[in-house]
Formats: sequence, structure tokens, C-alpha cells
Amino acid sequence: MSQVTMTVNGKEMSGAAEGRTLLSQFLRETLGLTGTHVGCDTSQCGACVVHVDGVAIKACTMLALEAEGASVDTIEGQAAPDGTLNALQQAFQDHHGLQCGFCTPGMIMSAADLLKNNPQPTEAEVRHHLEGNICRCTGYHNIVKAILAASGQDVSSIAAE
Amino acid sequence: MPKDNGIGASPKRREDVRFLSGTGNYTDDIQVNGQAYVHFLRSDIAHAKINGIDLDAASAMPGVIKIFTGADFEGVGGIPCGWQITDRHGEPMQEPAHPVLAQGKVRYVGDQIAAVVAESVEQARDAAEAIEVDLEELPAVVDMKAALADGATKVHDDLTSNLCYDWGFVEENKPAVDAAFEAAAHVTTLELRNNRLVANPMEPRVAIGDFNRATGDSTLYTTSQNPHVIRLLMGAFVLGIPEHKLRVVAPDVGGGFGTKIFHYAEEAFCTFAAKSLNRAVKWTSTRSEAFISDAHGRDHVTKIELALDAENNFTAVRTDTHANMGAYLSTFAPSVPTWLHGTLMAGNYKTPLIYVNVKAVFTNTVPVDAYRGAGRPEATFQLERVVDKAARELGVDPIALRRQNFITEFPYATPVAVEYDTGDYHGTMDALENMADISGFEARRKASEARGKLRGFGVNCYIEACGIAPSNLVGQLGARAGLYESATVRVNATGGLVVMTGSHSHGQGHETSFPQVIAEMIGIDESMVEIVHGDTANTPMGMGTYGSRSIAVGGSAMVRATEKIIAKAKKIAAHLMEAADADIELKDGAFSVAGTDKSVAWGDVTLAAYVPHNYPLEDIEPGLEETAFYDPANFTYPSGAYACEVEVDPETGKVTIEAFNAADDFGNIINPMIVDGQVHGGIGQGIGQALLENAAYDENGQLLSASYMDYAMPRASDVPFYGVDHSSQTPCTHNPLGVKGCGEAGAIGSPPAVINAVVDALRSGGHDIHHIDMPVSPSRVWQAMNG
Repeated sequence: MSQVTMTVNGKEMSGAAEGRTLLSQFLRETLGLTGTHVGCDTSQCGACVVHVDGVAIKACTMLALEAEGASVDTIEGQAAPDGTLNALQQAFQDHHGLQCGFCTPGMIMSAADLLKNNPQPTEAEVRHHLEGNICRCTGYHNIVKAILAASGQDVSSIAAE
Repeated sequence: MPKDNGIGASPKRREDVRFLSGTGNYTDDIQVNGQAYVHFLRSDIAHAKINGIDLDAASAMPGVIKIFTGADFEGVGGIPCGWQITDRHGEPMQEPAHPVLAQGKVRYVGDQIAAVVAESVEQARDAAEAIEVDLEELPAVVDMKAALADGATKVHDDLTSNLCYDWGFVEENKPAVDAAFEAAAHVTTLELRNNRLVANPMEPRVAIGDFNRATGDSTLYTTSQNPHVIRLLMGAFVLGIPEHKLRVVAPDVGGGFGTKIFHYAEEAFCTFAAKSLNRAVKWTSTRSEAFISDAHGRDHVTKIELALDAENNFTAVRTDTHANMGAYLSTFAPSVPTWLHGTLMAGNYKTPLIYVNVKAVFTNTVPVDAYRGAGRPEATFQLERVVDKAARELGVDPIALRRQNFITEFPYATPVAVEYDTGDYHGTMDALENMADISGFEARRKASEARGKLRGFGVNCYIEACGIAPSNLVGQLGARAGLYESATVRVNATGGLVVMTGSHSHGQGHETSFPQVIAEMIGIDESMVEIVHGDTANTPMGMGTYGSRSIAVGGSAMVRATEKIIAKAKKIAAHLMEAADADIELKDGAFSVAGTDKSVAWGDVTLAAYVPHNYPLEDIEPGLEETAFYDPANFTYPSGAYACEVEVDPETGKVTIEAFNAADDFGNIINPMIVDGQVHGGIGQGIGQALLENAAYDENGQLLSASYMDYAMPRASDVPFYGVDHSSQTPCTHNPLGVKGCGEAGAIGSPPAVINAVVDALRSGGHDIHHIDMPVSPSRVWQAMNG
């Protein structure tokens, strides 16, 4: 076991990790940040997407020890300190972009990365960007709609919520 | 103006806040003090005799607490099956033993051989690799028809064959059905496969067993759609723990789709091991493990025949289906190809004669059970495909042929034992035709052709039976459980309400929609109502959520309990206002005396119930809390019409969904936003089945598509925005809300529309093709086009 220290949601945090401990596992089990979810073991589902030094990555593709000294942002750090949802989170609630909620943290973190780099994406760009995030509940309709709405685009012509 | 409170409003979901901020409480988020971890050693061979298991090296590995094998479970009950089918000859189905850990033989890739409990999950996995198992491989039985051949290897040595049952429905109708085919002017025949699927809720299954030696109480935290059912099945039939010493908690659950209904061996193991070791034991499935341990869905092979008279009226339907049970009977497996499938074979049509034959077969594969729709998608797919083929053979418009044969008078008793209470099939078809812009299709087809693509349009109808259903009826059909639902409504002294429901929400948004009903009934704001579910310790015995039954059955129980609350509250109000009970009216959260200006607020009455200083103690008890159990009089029958437009690239065989429209009749709707979302999700899964998903086994019983690298889940770029319409509403006549249920419709109604559209596209390109089996992958389409 080695000690690893990283800045998580702006706060320095440390814990012990084996060489084989994944960042996703370290966040969930060692730091108790269970908002990052694990939905597969082949880096396909995207439920564990977090930002490491400002870049969206699947936390299951990185060892905890590799994140030594890094700045990590997770779903727990997205809302304001008083709990107010950010604009993207609020768009997901407004447009019913989640049902069971399990893929949602990864969807939010992945979509935030898209909007940072492409503030006004087209529908096709949103769908392409979500290639690595699987949702089984929504058929993606309201997820895509919520992301377009969060980017400030008019979604009123898109059929039913 | 849309409502902002009560029935018909679409308030934002209150559960979203925790899910969006990473503060949900899913089972894997729970850490019980001192918990140990279990890893299951699973068979990588489909069929083998266990000659020996050597645990010596593994037991000495670091962190290992104990390794369990089948021998530790001798004298413990097996995993029970909850439904018994009686076959065509009046005999009960063959029902094999289903041990918690394999005893003597392994019967599918994934079967549990041993369970290693260790201080960490890594240590448990490491030790499992050091277990030496002497397996003597036996021939694997994978193909259903081969499994029924003379001399086939038996999956279960103590059964007479691999045939679970041979079911005929309605058996007495068979001679008349056969005669109708003899007399038919036209017969259309289609052979097809309903592909095996893996449900794949995004949250893998998790179980944590806990035991309190001081009290003797066991607790199981589990990813379940129905914690009370798990408590009863596991307590009474497997471990022998009475309900009052066993608590089952299903907290936030990340999707179910049927596969989290069933009682699984891992749940029994963790509960058993926790007591045996006096320590909490946790199991978290990996996704790869889920593929070989979650019950699969569908997997029917069917021949369907449709007989028509000279005027194109349907005169008879006859089907012959083989349904895969897998290696063991999962909890409700036998009911799926029978009562949830055969009873739907009338569809939306007034076909007078129907005969359904189903042979359920054991194979060396993962057990198969209910997956979103469960039997009804299989029924709808074959019926709507054969109707489409008939239209083509007869040279008539497929919509016109359907309309000609629609049931139009209700109630309608089908020849397959169910009675539809309401419906308006022309109404949903009208709505669909409006949405789908059929008149513009030819122009869109020409535009596609100009780009070198083939374009096709497909339509289908569906009927489903939801809100399962009268307990006395399902008991006659072989169910070993009742199918009522329960609710306790507790009114607090200051007027807020808590509803404890046996329904379970794992994505459906009950915490938002159930309060809307009570808000409507009392005339208060939804925020005054809280929903509690998912814990046997604080909810009344209920049967849980599946079969689109939550609002139809669970919601009805809540209405009944609330009616009792209102009746008692009116008595209290009458006392406070010195009026007669019968004169009290409740409106907008206030009680008034009819014809006067006297009134008391809801909160005044609730306070009086708990501070009964001025109270009719001689007539009624203090307090305001009521429970109701609701057992429905019938199933509910949602229906609809769906249309799909596809483009096919003839160079590659790739199919893209260009448009998908759905018109559903769900009766009354509580929350339109949530209902639309349910339809979207169902359509996404239906498109997945039609285009992408397939649980494929090789001839040795190896699951070839056992991870997301190989099993093609639908992604955002595989689907379009969907059009949905719920304007056609014929309320259910036998439940107090007039609701029908909406959870499964999308998955039931969408696959045939996709395939009908693909066949239409290929035929427009001159290919004489009547059917392609799902999933219509590029290779299958290309091969169909290129012979």
C-alpha cells in the first residue's frame, strides 16, 4: 500500500492505495465519494467519468497512484456549496434527463466537458460525444435535449419532454 | 394552462436532486461496519461433473475468512420458482432443484462453484484463482430443438428430458383452429427468432448480508424491484428465517427492467454467510459477471400462421414456440412464455380462433426470465410481423389491413382468456398517422434513393396486459404468490403525509408522481406528501414493481388508504363544526359544511386527531393512519400504434433509424413528463433489440457477447429524437384512477416497427425479402440483400 494525495473538488485528500487500485475505487471506497459510479469493467459505460486536471476521463481507466498531485473534480463538486444545482444539472432536472440516476454522474461530467470545449454543439455532436456513456433508462432523448438546453439553445421544437 | 399541482401536472422530479449531486444511496454505496467481501468462483464450462474441489491452497491465502462450496448448503433450501405451469396433458411442469452453490454438476457458464469470503474483494478474487476444481466436461446442450431430440444429453439427470413443459392454449380450441386453417382463403406463415437479450440495468447487482447476534435478526441490502418478495422467497423457502427476523432493504436501485425482480443465489448466500460468520458479507457484481449471472430475457423460436378469409378478415392464428428456460427455473420464468405471452396473441384484432403451443426447454445457458415486457414483446413481434407479411402477400395497405381487423367494441373477450375493458385502436392509429407524415414518405424515399440509400416505413400496433393482477386468477394460472399491492398512509399532526408503499421505484419517479395523486385528492400541495419505499421494516407487505403495475395497483392501494383517511377526517371535521358527517365536503385542503360558510382547515383536523381534546373519542380512535391492500379485478390493457422510418445503406447493410413515432393509450395519466420518459426508454431498448443486441452462445455453451465490448448496447448516436403522443385516452374501468400503466409499452411496441421498416426498405430496392431475424446487424442485412 502507498499513500496518495490529490486535490478533490478543491480540497486536498489522502488515502492508502494498492498499485492495482483504480481511481474509481479509490474515490468511492477510500474517500467515500460514492457519486462516481462503476457500471462495467471494460471502460465502456462511462458512469465513472470525472475530470482530472480539467480533462474528462473514465476513472476506471486510471490507477489511483497515477493521480498523485492531480486536481480531480467529481459529481459531488458540481453543485454550489449551498446545494444549488449548476446550469447543466438543472437542465437535466428540467428536461427529465435522468430516471434511475446511475449513469447520471458520468453523463453530467461528460457533458460538462463537451460544453467547455464546444459551447453550442449540434444534436449530432452531442450524440457523438456521448458515445462512451451508456444510459439504459431514457433512450437518450431527454439527455440530449437537456444538454442542448444547457448550452442555451432553444429546444422547444423537440418533441415531448 | 397546464396544471402545476396534482394529477396531470409535470412537477420536476424530487429524487433528481440527490442523483444529480452524487448523493444517492445505491446498495454498493452502503458499507456495513466490519463487512467482509465475497467473490464467487463461477464455472467457465457450460456442463460438467464436479469430481472434486481442493480448497487447501486457497484457504491459506492472505485475508481469506472462509470458502464455501455446495457441501455447506446441504440441508439448506434451493432457489424457488414462483410459478408452476400445467402442461397440455394436465401434468405439472418439470422443476429441477436449484442449489445456492453447485452440487455435483455445473450447468451453465457462470454457475457458482464456490464462494470465497475474505477481508477485501481483491483477496477474495486472488484466493478464488487458487481453488483447484476437477471438472469432467459433459456435452453442452445449447440449441433448443437439439435439446429435445431423442438421446440428447440431459441438463438435469433426474428429469425425464430437457422439456420443462409442453403448453397448449387454449387446448380445447385446437380442432376449431385447425379447421379454420383448412377453410382459409389465404394463410401467411412466418418463422422467426426473438433474440436473447441481457437486461443490463446500469447498476450491477449488489447484495450485503448482515446479522445481529444479539437479536438474531438478519438484514439483506439488495438491488431489488420487490424487497418483500425477496424476504418471503428467501426466508420461507431457502434459509428458513421467519419474516419478523429478516429485513430486506432495496434502497436507490439503478434500473431493473425485470432482471432485479428475481431471487438470486447471491442474495441467499450473503444472508447465510453473514449469520454463519457473524459478520456482514458484501457482493458487488462486475458487469462481466452480470452477463453470466443476471437472468436473460426473450429467446423464443416461433412459427406463426395467420389465416384470412376472402375479404381479408383474420379467421385464425396458430403458433408453435420453443422458449428457452436456461439451466434452471428463475423465479417467474415459466409464466413468461405462457400466461404473459399466449394471452396476448389476439393483439388488437378480433381474430375468433387462436391456438398457442409453447415448449419450454432446459439448456446449458444462463436462466431466462422476464425482461421489460416479458412475453408481450414476443407476442407482439410475431403477430405484427405476420400481419405485415400478409398485407404484402395480399397486396393491401398494412395499415388498412390492421384497421379492418381492429377490435372496436369493448369490453371484448378474446379467445385467449382475457377481457379488454377499454381501448380505441383507431384513435391511436389516427394519432400515429398524424405524427408520422405518411403522405410525405414517398418524397423522403426519393431523396434517400438520390443519395444511394433505401428507405422504408414500418408500422405496428400493440396491446399489453399490465397491472398484474387478480390474485385469485393468477393463483388458478399457477402463480405461487398474490399480486395485490399495499399502502399505508400516515398523516402527521401538522398535516403532512407519509405514504409507505409496497411499490418500488428504480427510475420510475414514484417519489414525485405518487404525491401528485394525494395532493389531488385532498387539495394540498405535493410538497406535503413524502413517499417511503424499499424497506420491509417500514412498508406494508407488497409485491413490488414490474409489469407496469406501480400506479395501476400500488397507486390504487394508495387511493384506497387515502379514501379511508378522508372518511375519518370528515368525521373529525363534523365533530369540530358540530355538523353531520354526511354534510362535510373536502375541497382545496379545507373541510366545509355544505350550504354554510363553516369550514376547518386540513391541518386543524389532523391536529385534532393527535391532540384529541375536542374529539369524538366515543366513536373513533385518535390518530390518522390507514392501510389498504388493493387486489385488482382485471389486468389493464394499454395499447398503441408505432411507426418507424429507416434508411438502409445497400453498400454496407447498415440500418439507421430516421424517425420513430409512438401513439399510446395509457388511460388517465398522472405525470405526462414521466410517462413520456418511460416511453422513450422503452423505445430505446426496443431499437436496441431490433438493431444491436444479441446474447449469442457458441455450440459449447460459451456466451460470446459477455461484456460491453461484444454486446452492443444502444448508444446516443444509434437513436433519434422520438415522437410520442398520449392524446388517445380510454380510462381503465376497474381501478380508481383509470390508469393503465406505461412502463413496458415502448419495449413491446417498437421492435416490429423497426423490422417492418427494414423489410419495406429492402423490398423497395428489389430484394424479395420477407424477414430478417433481429438484430438486423449490417452483416445480416448485407447477406439478406446479397443472397
